[in-house]
Amino acid sequence: MDTLILVIIGLVAGPVIGGLVAGLDRRVTAWFQSRQGPPIMQAFYDVAKLLGKEKMVVNQWQVLCAWVYLIAAAVSVALFFAQGDLLLIFFVQAIGAVFLVMGAMAAKSPYSQVGAQRELMQILAYEPVLILVFVGFYLTTGSFSIEAVWQLDQPLLAKMPLLYLALGYALTIKLRKSPFDFSTSHHGHQELVKGVLTEYSGPYLALVEIAHWYETVLVLGLCALFWTTNVAWMAVLLIGTYMLEILVDNTMARMTWRWMLKRVWLLGMGMSVVNLIWLYAG
Amino acid sequence: MFGSFIKKSRAKSPWIMHFDCGSCNGCDIEVLACLTPLYDVERFGIINVGNPKHADVLLVTGTVNYRNAKVLKNIYDQMPEPKAVIAIGACGNTGGVFREAYNVIGGIDKVIPVDVYVPGCPAKPEAIIDGVVTGLAKFAEKVEAE
Repeated sequence: MDTLILVIIGLVAGPVIGGLVAGLDRRVTAWFQSRQGPPIMQAFYDVAKLLGKEKMVVNQWQVLCAWVYLIAAAVSVALFFAQGDLLLIFFVQAIGAVFLVMGAMAAKSPYSQVGAQRELMQILAYEPVLILVFVGFYLTTGSFSIEAVWQLDQPLLAKMPLLYLALGYALTIKLRKSPFDFSTSHHGHQELVKGVLTEYSGPYLALVEIAHWYETVLVLGLCALFWTTNVAWMAVLLIGTYMLEILVDNTMARMTWRWMLKRVWLLGMGMSVVNLIWLYAG
Repeated sequence: MFGSFIKKSRAKSPWIMHFDCGSCNGCDIEVLACLTPLYDVERFGIINVGNPKHADVLLVTGTVNYRNAKVLKNIYDQMPEPKAVIAIGACGNTGGVFREAYNVIGGIDKVIPVDVYVPGCPAKPEAIIDGVVTGLAKFAEKVEAE
């Protein structure tokens, strides 16, 4: 019964928190550029407007893919709130990510195709990092279950600092922020127009956007697991991480996928492996 | 309740796309100037998108000629309903000083329906923002009438 309540909380809180985070993000970005920026509720207005638009699709695949992406993201967040198994969460969110790419590939548009290829590269970069982080959880707690993390009496960050930095890479890629925003440029008038999102429009773009909110909450939730012993410090950790994320987004230029693979595989996975050896030996 | 939130949201989140039918670029520069910190149209929820499939408002500058009329029509058709069109500058409104040229059809309204005309050569950013706001009011009326 408790699990069911947690699942419902996850499903409802996911998009609400994700949308507010997206709104705050734009607000802070505007502040960096000494502008006022849109209202914090802006992300909700955008999605509501998109939901009310005409349904234009290139083909039926896109409809299915947008829905599967949303459902997979929502299920992974629900599993996270129900304190489920990290590996299961990982596989469910991977299905969603792959379906987004399939939807983009279903259209002939070159922007969509190139965006899909680049998104695949991004998935290739962050998925190994995520799985290594989960292995770190296993080595520390002896279980892949989130429940085990909550029973720790000292924060995970003390044991897995390098894995946290590596997770930061995964977060930047998952949020599609600079320097890793090459599959969907933030600003739609750049060379890729909108990459993977080019051919999604109206209500289906809204579905993709809501799914993206869920994913943001999922990855931020993973970050939160690094300081489960104290809620105040958890909040500080999350706010600090996200602010750093926005700062990086605003100060970095977009890079190529080769640069990303080199950085994430060498640095991100290198740090992860060093941390894992330390955990294993210690 | 959700339906009324969607209707309200339309005016709060107009994503614009701008298409240059061959102007001197003056109006385009003014359109882009709206996005700078001085005018900061993003505070009204306006985003400049490059994809007609994501756009709500089409800003058109320049005179339509026989070559680009097809392109303009195609872009307009790719925008999902509800949508609004705003013609910007003397050329966009009527053809301007080029209206007599042999290759020029005239203003934007010869090819696609226009909701708001923004005068000026070039149109000032204030006038463009004003035009978008007027466009949104018309847009809301249209939606209410449905």
